[in-house]
Amino acid sequence: MINKLVIENLKHRWVRTLLSALVVGVLVASITTLIGLSRGLLEERAARAKGTGADIFLKPDAHGTISFSSAPMSDKFLPLVRKQPHVAQAVGVLVQPIELITSMNGVDVPQFEKISGGFHYVEGGPPKDPDDLLVDESYARQKNLHAGATVNLLNHDWHLCGIAEGGMLARFVVRLDRLQELTSNSGHLSQILVKLDDPARTNEEVARLNELLAGNLKAISIADVLSQFSIRSFPQLEAFINVITVMWVVVGFLVVFLSMYTAVVERTREIGILKALGARPRTILDLLIREAILLALVGWVIGIALALLARTLIVTLAPASLNVVNVPDWWPKAAAIALTGALLGAIYPGLKAARQDAIEALSYE
Amino acid sequence: MSSMPQPELAPEIIRVRGLRKVYRVGVLDVEALRGVDLDVRCGEFVAVIGPSGSGKSTLFHILGGLAPPTAGEVWIDGVDLRKMTESERTVMRQRKVGFVFQKYNLLPTLSAKDNIALARAIAGIKTQPAGFESVLKMLGIGHRLGHKPRALSGGEQQRVAIARALVNHPAILLADEPTGNLDTANSNAVLELLRDLNKRTGQTILMITHNPEAAAFADRIVSMRDGKVAEG
Repeated sequence: MINKLVIENLKHRWVRTLLSALVVGVLVASITTLIGLSRGLLEERAARAKGTGADIFLKPDAHGTISFSSAPMSDKFLPLVRKQPHVAQAVGVLVQPIELITSMNGVDVPQFEKISGGFHYVEGGPPKDPDDLLVDESYARQKNLHAGATVNLLNHDWHLCGIAEGGMLARFVVRLDRLQELTSNSGHLSQILVKLDDPARTNEEVARLNELLAGNLKAISIADVLSQFSIRSFPQLEAFINVITVMWVVVGFLVVFLSMYTAVVERTREIGILKALGARPRTILDLLIREAILLALVGWVIGIALALLARTLIVTLAPASLNVVNVPDWWPKAAAIALTGALLGAIYPGLKAARQDAIEALSYE
Repeated sequence: MSSMPQPELAPEIIRVRGLRKVYRVGVLDVEALRGVDLDVRCGEFVAVIGPSGSGKSTLFHILGGLAPPTAGEVWIDGVDLRKMTESERTVMRQRKVGFVFQKYNLLPTLSAKDNIALARAIAGIKTQPAGFESVLKMLGIGHRLGHKPRALSGGEQQRVAIARALVNHPAILLADEPTGNLDTANSNAVLELLRDLNKRTGQTILMITHNPEAAAFADRIVSMRDGKVAEG
């Protein structure tokens, strides 16, 4: 019966219920979308790294140095690395950021295809001429591009020579020499991809390369590179998510607090009736807490639906912009955040209602 | 001279002696009841009549366990109200007292049936009380139970409120101006219902009213003035 009263009360003030649940839903959708976006971007980068086919990544040893260059490594290291025993292939890559989260990679395409097994072309073929550009499928779909089109990137007109399946190296791939020239990085690289003759020797070769190139380059196995692409590997991101989570709890608290407080004031006479019927203070508190829980749960369901809808819209309308993944493992955490905010928000109005004087409440107009 | 057999009197269900109630209003103490004495026997229908400020509503609140007395004795169905804690008075409201208010005081979100069921749920009683169907029949609201209060007339709402007050078989039905919001026809119907209930089921009823015509439906009229029983 009490549950029926809870549901009927929420239904009776359906506009306020819907708005409150919607705000909780937006909070839940925001947190799951933020996590989905963070994880999606990291997963996308991990997939691209894995798709290179390299066993070892060589990057500048940044220990003790600060560099603002996108290509702080001399390409003179490349022949040295190639000479090393068990190194089957080594290819230099220049990474040039284009937008906030995307980059253009310059590479010796034939060499890279030997390491990776080659791009899977949907249209056209690899970059051959200096201004040839290869883009991934999702970018081409979003921009409605086809081979032969002209694409302006880095204030330069490129000839779209091919469209390849995504998940390998980068969204935009051009010839290394052209990108070095355009970005004034001639003779410089961002990283070297190394393919071993025997992948089982990876750890051994990482140790040997680190000893050989100490102070200049740092060798990292592909397994370590992939492990870095998780939220836990970015303490700043984790801290940001924690701060946002606390803020969402506070906002959830405020929304439910205001909703419940208004409900308690509006229902003063009803609370008096319940008291006249013999309802104990804890029954009245329980009633409001159940309302808050139901509000949070309805908000949570709305939030998950909004998050799924947001992801579908992003993936459908802008497949090359932000990679958002579904994060079902975070749904229970989002529910806990919504419930915590709602319960905190229900306590004060609930106690106020429970302490209400029955006679005063019954005479409330 | 032969001695006549005396009729056996029903036991007292309400016994009030020297009841005082003082309210604090700002910095002033307002004495609402100034030594009320009252006895109501089981099965009686008593009307308490008096002008505004006579203390009849305060008496109603104390007898219903909604407010504690300041001084004096108040016995309800053999239990001393002065010794009751807030929690015990809450239990008393669940089981021993049924309220009927001027403004019906039905929960607007629940149907008539659920308003009645809620009183049982709050009292922790799960089963329908024996004989309650006949009470509903007497009240004439059986066909309106599925409706919410806003779909019921004033008279129907008050009859639902009476059903709710009776659902837990209270020792006393306390009615505070039960016809105050009703037209003459509905007032008479409700008052006749209360009198029928009293006669047929022996339900003890204490009705507060300022209306002498309404009070005339009761077996006995108690007049109050200036916080005291003036007559009755």
